[in-house]
Amino acid sequence: MGKTKTEKSGFSFSAILRNQLFIPIAALLLLALFNLIMDPSFYAIRLGENADGFKVLSGNLISILDMGSELAILAIGMTLVTAATGGQDISVGATIAIAGSVILRVVCGGEQSVTEYKAPIIVALIIAIVVSMIFGAFNGMLVAIFNIQPMVATLILFTAGRSIAAWINNNTLPVVNVKSFGVFGNYIPGFPIPTPFIIAMICVLLIFLVLRFTTIGLYTQAVGINENSSRLNGINPIFIKFLTFVILGICVAVAALIKVSRISTINYSVVAKDIEMDAILAVALGGNALSGGKFNMTASIIGAYVIQFLTTTLYKFKVQSDALPAYKAVVVILLVVLSAPVVREKLTQLGAKMKANKKEVS
Amino acid sequence: MSSNKSAVSGNGIGTKLKNMTDTNLLLGITIVVFFLMYIGAIVFQGAGFLKPQTFFNILNTQGGLIIVSCGMSIVMITGGIDISVGGVVALVTMCCAVNLDFHNGSVLTSILIALGIGIAFGVVQGFLVAYLDIQPFIVTLAGMFFAKGMTTIVNTNPFNVANEQFQALKNTRVIVPGMGSTNRKGMYVDAYVEVGVIVALITVVVLFCVLRWTKLGRSFYAVGGNSQSALMLGINVKRTRFISHLISGLLAGIAGYVYFIHVGSGSATNASGMEMNAIASSIIGGTMLTGGVGNIIGTFFGVLSLSTIQNIVTSAGLDDAWWTGITIAGMLCLFLVLQSVIMARKHRA
Repeated sequence: MGKTKTEKSGFSFSAILRNQLFIPIAALLLLALFNLIMDPSFYAIRLGENADGFKVLSGNLISILDMGSELAILAIGMTLVTAATGGQDISVGATIAIAGSVILRVVCGGEQSVTEYKAPIIVALIIAIVVSMIFGAFNGMLVAIFNIQPMVATLILFTAGRSIAAWINNNTLPVVNVKSFGVFGNYIPGFPIPTPFIIAMICVLLIFLVLRFTTIGLYTQAVGINENSSRLNGINPIFIKFLTFVILGICVAVAALIKVSRISTINYSVVAKDIEMDAILAVALGGNALSGGKFNMTASIIGAYVIQFLTTTLYKFKVQSDALPAYKAVVVILLVVLSAPVVREKLTQLGAKMKANKKEVS
Repeated sequence: MSSNKSAVSGNGIGTKLKNMTDTNLLLGITIVVFFLMYIGAIVFQGAGFLKPQTFFNILNTQGGLIIVSCGMSIVMITGGIDISVGGVVALVTMCCAVNLDFHNGSVLTSILIALGIGIAFGVVQGFLVAYLDIQPFIVTLAGMFFAKGMTTIVNTNPFNVANEQFQALKNTRVIVPGMGSTNRKGMYVDAYVEVGVIVALITVVVLFCVLRWTKLGRSFYAVGGNSQSALMLGINVKRTRFISHLISGLLAGIAGYVYFIHVGSGSATNASGMEMNAIASSIIGGTMLTGGVGNIIGTFFGVLSLSTIQNIVTSAGLDDAWWTGITIAGMLCLFLVLQSVIMARKHRA
């Protein structure tokens, strides 16, 4: 009786280990535990007043949810692109600069500093979405039709994107002095939860509905696993690849709206800097194979918040923002080494050996 | 036995020839484009580009990039990618600068530091990529993050190196005979290159020979072309991958020092974006990201094309900040599409 029990627990344990959500959640728990031991006050959440006199929640956890929103939104699109093409889009940061620039250009109407909208914000958002969909389509065209590796194809926009963003606004930095423009990046008046988190959750909900009620998810995985056989089964791989890049374009425009709304202006050279790397890491951290194929959206989104958790933790320990990447790199390397198939196999063998030894001893 | 052997080698030469035509075609295109561009620059931008010194200045500023791109090409030929190089170059400049100015280092110790950093990155990344089978992009991405972060941790503020021995090295100019020109005052000025350019040229020649005529060089192509069949042919695929990353790391270390000699300062913003320029140069030079195709000479011309475009843009008086990025991207796009069209045709044939 006892024997079967241990066997059963051993089995379920390995099942947990094999579950894709294990890596991001384990990383999250590890970080959470680390913070709990080092400084329990990390988790304090206060209900205070912000500069406008509204009651808002504040604290490290809230700021993680707040600042991680853009990353989570990008992770949605990046997961699809990764799954379909087996490559990553490294131009998302540059495209955020373009979309942000477009939003400001439309809202400001080409002027340096405005106190009222020259065009409704919804128009600006729609134009920005269309523009970044076009850029996504450009990437998609290079990848799907010309068969260029995604990372290289998107290198083109990565190089040119910030220059194009500067060109859209004639190399000026327009400032929007309208209170309501900050809503998307800060708080809705009277509502204590940061708006970016709400936007992110809406996006997450939408993508889950799309994945649940359409075949996009299935087709994407099919194309990623085997392009030829999916074509033989009547799926158009070119269209699917194209589509994933366009979806990523939409995600980028939404993230850009949050980015420009946060500071009511834009700095072409630093806005969303290195965010492409974080987005790719989020996908990798979610245990998704970067070589394409099956994907798990939940894991990617959790991965995005884990990365933000790590960033916030490091800031908490007074790590300089420029030195941040070094610590991130160590964590990333540890994670990928532990999740590498070769290492996992070795660990399993080691575990089996130890079990065998134990049996011999007993 | 001997006939068997010759058949095998004949087969090898056959595939080699097929590969070479691919490589040579792309190489030819690159060289032609470079010369057309340079002639265009002379025609439209005036005599400035006619002076040999203008050409040598391109070499002087891009010595480091040439070396980095060579390493990048080797990794790309083997089918991987190394985006940590820019970070490594920045880290090398900072560590060498700190060693020279704060710890009374000599040029020799700083060179050793540069090589050490390069080899360390190469070994670790190579091990993770080759033996633990982790994707090169993720490993070297982490490497880049680590190097950039470490640069700030080593020293936050950028500074110029004042060490005398180093200044002497920095100001050493190798005069190129017969290439000088008379300046406006009518004085004859010798054309010169910096020490780093000599290092870069030696690197190009050595690596060209290694890739073309050594067993190791050929195995890079074999592994990049098809790692399965390379394995069947008895090539140690893992070791080849490891060595490609090791070489890239080592070259990044050397390039870091060459770059350091050129700029003479340690700064975290040094060489930012260099990895992307190196990838772009390699691609323009005819290296394929899918692996198995590429040429060091092409890479060399790729760097030259890239910097000629930058020079044209700057001297045309266009705003540097945007137009450089856009023109490089346009050129990259053109070459990528070209490559893809060529490959598609080959597959159809």
